[in-house]
Amino acid sequence: MAEIPTAAHVAAEIAGGRRKAVDVCAGALRRIEAADGQVRAFLETLPEDALDRAARLDADLAAGKPVGPLAGVPIAIKDNICTTAGHTTCASKILAGYVSPYDATVVERILAAGGVIVGKTNLDEFAMGSSTENSGRFVTRNPWAADRVPGGSSGGSAAAVAAGLVPLALGSDTGGSIRQPASFCGVVGVKPTYGRVSRYGLVAYGSSLDQVGPLAANVQDAALLLGVIAGRDPRDSTSVAEPVPDYVAELADERLEARAGRLRIGIPREYFGAGLDEETRAAVEAALAVYRRLGAKTVEVSLPHTPYAIATYYLVATAEASSNLARYDGVHYGHRTAHPHDLFDLYSASRSEGFGAEVKRRIMLGTFALSAGYYDAYYNKALRVRRLIKDDFDRVLTQCDVIAGPTAPTPAFRLGEKLADPLQMYLADIYTIAANLAGIPALSIPCGFSAAGLPIGLQLMGPLFGEALLLQAARLYERETDWHTRRPSMGREA
Amino acid sequence: MPGLIDEGQVRHIAKLARLKLSDDEVRLFAGQLGDILDHFKQLETVNTTGVEPLAHPLPVTNVLREDEPGEPFAPDRALQNAPQREGSFFKVPPVLDQGSGA
Repeated sequence: MAEIPTAAHVAAEIAGGRRKAVDVCAGALRRIEAADGQVRAFLETLPEDALDRAARLDADLAAGKPVGPLAGVPIAIKDNICTTAGHTTCASKILAGYVSPYDATVVERILAAGGVIVGKTNLDEFAMGSSTENSGRFVTRNPWAADRVPGGSSGGSAAAVAAGLVPLALGSDTGGSIRQPASFCGVVGVKPTYGRVSRYGLVAYGSSLDQVGPLAANVQDAALLLGVIAGRDPRDSTSVAEPVPDYVAELADERLEARAGRLRIGIPREYFGAGLDEETRAAVEAALAVYRRLGAKTVEVSLPHTPYAIATYYLVATAEASSNLARYDGVHYGHRTAHPHDLFDLYSASRSEGFGAEVKRRIMLGTFALSAGYYDAYYNKALRVRRLIKDDFDRVLTQCDVIAGPTAPTPAFRLGEKLADPLQMYLADIYTIAANLAGIPALSIPCGFSAAGLPIGLQLMGPLFGEALLLQAARLYERETDWHTRRPSMGREA
Repeated sequence: MPGLIDEGQVRHIAKLARLKLSDDEVRLFAGQLGDILDHFKQLETVNTTGVEPLAHPLPVTNVLREDEPGEPFAPDRALQNAPQREGSFFKVPPVLDQGSGA
């Protein structure tokens, strides 16, 4: 069973002429063909487009033309990110058959860097969920245990990387949708600072919370992809003109040595309270001991508004979603009901036939929170508490450089376990949603396994635009451990 | 905060949201949204006197740019996903009552 090489290694081999991009692409497509019947990470593969792009890359190389840092690397894209190749459906019936007339900025940047997009991955419909079970298409399996969820909403992207089908994937994170599936599947996932990465072409869910970010098998590959997609985009006025560091260069050994001894890690006591699984607690505490051994200092800190983050998030996110999803009206694109008897019926019947239960529930919740008589008590109240949550982080990040804790309260739960009780599903997002409310960057890296063999994730959060610092801290730990080199058998048996 | 949500409110919210719900969905959502909103009542206990609402995590306000002409989006591309089109228009059912003479 050969280990899947890193994305950086693949790109170097192709750029150096030792391998052909078409062979690497064909290899990825074969792996997907052989294994994805079990994993079910992909909604669609794009063999023609991918092989064509790989062949053109090989021709460019043969002609001596320069190629980018992702030269020939097979990449999977979450299906709420627009690609002109194939479909963009958000795993929703309402967008069945939708072909985007433009590429998202992150997609343009990946293609310009030589990346080869091999397919679109499954998600909870419109990224609303924490298990990928809300997909309007099918359920994705956790590659570590076929009866467990891969997490969500970027479950397809996380499972595809974990199963070794692709070395890199894009996800989106509104309340933990990159980090929690990364944690459940044993891979690295980064939610960048709000505004670090363009949202142009990311189908909107919660516009003040959404960010696109990388999923990878290791920290260096995550840094590589983040460097490609980050930066100001005139088509997204919330993207920020902050300079983009060379994230890969920031991970050089001498940079890490310089960082280790002066790293201060904040341990928020609210992230280790009731509801935290004991094996997860033990794995995270062991990771903190590794940092101390490396010379880092750990300090106990407090984020006192943590208990209010779930309510705050689910009011803000659903309010924004109810507004964003008003565009699905059966008029311009997407599903239209067969025989509407008037315009109101065209809207309401098209939407009811097209949206799944969780999407309807969130639209209802958000509409309620914004409706006359409830706006101040719910939506506006949530926005005030959101500021208190952000103030907590601003204060704590003067006492430490990064904040560490578990990514999720438990390892991957069973398929169907939380499906009948949406509130229980929401409550499991407790550790990831605050970073989105505050806009700060955060990532998840593998930090161990449960006795049942399920991956456990360590979350690191940092200051605005502190991605390089977070990646350095993550790499310092990764260098000392071999969790990221362990891979599930699902996907490798073929 | 106001109390839990009843089936009448669910129907009213569904209408505002342009969703057509079955009776089963109305019952299900009344229960589930009630549970969720009940949990959210804990926000009442947070003192937010004098705290400004935070709608956006970055201190970004108006972003201005030069008004320069760019490539227009070709009508065929804009219409490529239309459920129904006629020429370069999106086609919809009659919006006004046919008999009103409006």
